[in-house]
Amino acid sequence: MKGYKIIVLAKQVPDTRNVGKDAMKANGTVNRAALPAVFNPEDLKALEQALRIKDENPGTTVTLLTMGPGRAAEIIREGLYRGADDGILITDRKFAGSDTLATSYAISLAIKKLSPYDLILSGRQAIDGDTAQVGPQAAEKIGIPQITYCEEVVAITKKSIQIKRRLERGVETVEAPLPVLVTVHGSAPDCRSRNAKLLMKYKHAETVTERQDGTDDYLELHDARPYLNIHEWTVDDLNADEEWLGLSGSPTKVKKVTNVVFTAKESKVLGDKDDEIEELIQELLENHTIG
Amino acid sequence: MNNIIVYCEIEDGILADVSLELLTKGRKLADELKCELEAVVISNEVEGIEKVILPYGVDTLFLAQEERLYPYLTLPHTSILTKLLSDEKPQIALFGATSIGRDLAPRIASALRCGLTADCTSLEIGEHRDKKQKKDYKDLLLQIRPAFGGNIIATIINPETRPQMATVREGVMKKEIYAPNYKGKVNILDTSKYINEEDFIVKILERHIEKKKIDIKNSHIIVSGGYGVGSKENFELLFELADVLGGDVGGSRAAVDAGFIPHERQVGQTGITVRPHLYIACGISGAVQHRAGMEESAMIISINKDAEAPINNIADYAIIGDVGDVLPKMIKYYKKNAK
Ligand SMILES: Cc1cc2nc3c(=O)[nH]c(=O)nc-3n(C[C@H](O)[C@H](O)[C@H](O)COP(=O)(O)OP(=O)(O)OC[C@H]3O[C@@H](n4cnc5c(N)ncnc54)[C@H](O)[C@@H]3O)c2cc1C
Ligand SMILES: Cc1cc2nc3c(=O)[nH]c(=O)nc-3n(C[C@H](O)[C@H](O)[C@H](O)COP(=O)(O)OP(=O)(O)OC[C@H]3O[C@@H](n4cnc5c(N)ncnc54)[C@H](O)[C@@H]3O)c2cc1C
Repeated sequence: MKGYKIIVLAKQVPDTRNVGKDAMKANGTVNRAALPAVFNPEDLKALEQALRIKDENPGTTVTLLTMGPGRAAEIIREGLYRGADDGILITDRKFAGSDTLATSYAISLAIKKLSPYDLILSGRQAIDGDTAQVGPQAAEKIGIPQITYCEEVVAITKKSIQIKRRLERGVETVEAPLPVLVTVHGSAPDCRSRNAKLLMKYKHAETVTERQDGTDDYLELHDARPYLNIHEWTVDDLNADEEWLGLSGSPTKVKKVTNVVFTAKESKVLGDKDDEIEELIQELLENHTIG
Repeated sequence: MNNIIVYCEIEDGILADVSLELLTKGRKLADELKCELEAVVISNEVEGIEKVILPYGVDTLFLAQEERLYPYLTLPHTSILTKLLSDEKPQIALFGATSIGRDLAPRIASALRCGLTADCTSLEIGEHRDKKQKKDYKDLLLQIRPAFGGNIIATIINPETRPQMATVREGVMKKEIYAPNYKGKVNILDTSKYINEEDFIVKILERHIEKKKIDIKNSHIIVSGGYGVGSKENFELLFELADVLGGDVGGSRAAVDAGFIPHERQVGQTGITVRPHLYIACGISGAVQHRAGMEESAMIISINKDAEAPINNIADYAIIGDVGDVLPKMIKYYKKNAK
């Protein structure tokens, strides 16, 4: 077979990067619901790496895989407009409350269902959960090596891939056999923009659920053009052990969440007396400003 | 069994700062939980590494040493730790939230099916009540971390799985020797029992690591000084406070021009821009060019003799007083109150 079969993991996330005034609550904390939902930035960079391999190697296919609520189909369309070949949305109420272990379990089952494949690309980190754990955990569950923090795919052959990695104090080039899971770092090049032709082609790409909910009737269109189907997989399609999904499959629990307050408060004026300084230090320790 | 274990990172025969910070924290937690502190080093042979590690209060140091275990590779380090953690059954396992720690810890957590909390800035021991199941948990590790692009601070727990695993940011905790002659034992692991050839299928072709430079940009706490600090010697107080808080030192251009600190530490329009969790401005008037580099700090404390200094207008807390008086008090009361 010519080319490579590449899977790109992508997550739809609230845009936490530039929290504008309209996304602030009166008390100075962020209203998370008001943030626009976007294609996780490093996942777009992962897509670009996949598309570059496709540019160079005819016959390559790029499949987007995302887990999330129904609206996450938006990022699959976004990927199709930029050059991906198809997309799969894993969606099920039973995934709700998943931590990274349960998320990577579900993703690993979907990847296994897509085998054989040559390469899996993901972002390093999602800008909401901010853990950078899903990539390495999915690789472990599938049983393939991982290469984290990719800045550039230096070379790829049917047997192996060479990756330049960005580390906190330097760079490293490594070689791994295929298949491998590669997480892409923020220092990798940006993704190309939408392609006008692809935009026309995939404008009506939808999941079954979207089609059922939609007002327009494109049923015939979808029969005639199968590439307009965004596949939707549920727990049943994945043959998942439900104990390892959602809340029950998630060993970490969020005990408490405190919003960081942004608006500048009135400044408190203190003197240099011992008790005043001690009180301040105790306050800072209590709210974890210092540890 | 039931101990605390810290994975120690080595670069060029030198232990990473974050590992020493974790050992310091690990010792405190071990004292609180009345258990032992263990450390593990996986690398090539490093002469005298136990002399560096044991004084942090380490009861057992596990050494897995072999030429091909340095530089770091994911798979062999994962294999060694997965087996070691399964055998030793610690209650807590800590890693630096570094390029290495964040590559390694999730892979191990997945293999052990354990909870892992990412990028913590603070760790405490506490309890938890599960209201639904009416179950009480004692002596849990409370793992505190920013998420959502820094917009929230979450406390995460792993009630059921062991070890409770966490990666912790560099520079947020202090490092402190526990006892210079601490008596711990060294346990040399027979690597052939832990790794096999297949762990070496990923090969490093090339590597360029830069020596650590002054870079205060990623510090979460910055103690910054201005012309009002008065001298290079007086800046030692700022370094001391930064050290106990786990932060770094910055300064104004006037302090740089006066030769108190090097230019790499200058904050402002012609220096660097910083956004730490806490910025302590000592003897800095708050000129607009300085503010441009620090205004977005999550919290600002100013220490200034002059109640009218402009810096006080953007400070959350303005301490009116002399830097030379206030800083020693802050250090003293931090040491007294910090756990
Ligand atoms: C405040 C808060 C704190 C949390 N802290 C923790 C914690 O410390 N430990 C923990 O285990 N869980 C934690 N979680 C849960 C975690 O955020 C979710 O499990 C989330 O689904 C995946 O983690 P992430 O967003 O950090 O992704 P990351 O691990 O940062 O994502 C890395 C890459 O994996 C891929 N990927 C991730 N998710 C998906 C997806 N749904 N579909 C397709 N590809 C994907 C993407 O390519 C992404 O770039 C926390 C959640 C919250 C709300
Ligand atoms: C083009 C341009 C670019 C610039 N770029 C920068 C820049 O990047 N960064 C920068 O910082 N500046 C920059 N400046 C300089 C800036 O304008 C100020 O001159 C400078 O920030 C002042 O530094 P300072 O606050 O330390 O000193 P001062 O303004 O002299 O303030 C000293 C403060 O210390 C207080 N003080 C004195 N003694 C004590 C004591 N014992 N205890 C407590 N408080 C005491 C005083 O009350 C006073 O408020 C720039 C200027 C220009 C024109």
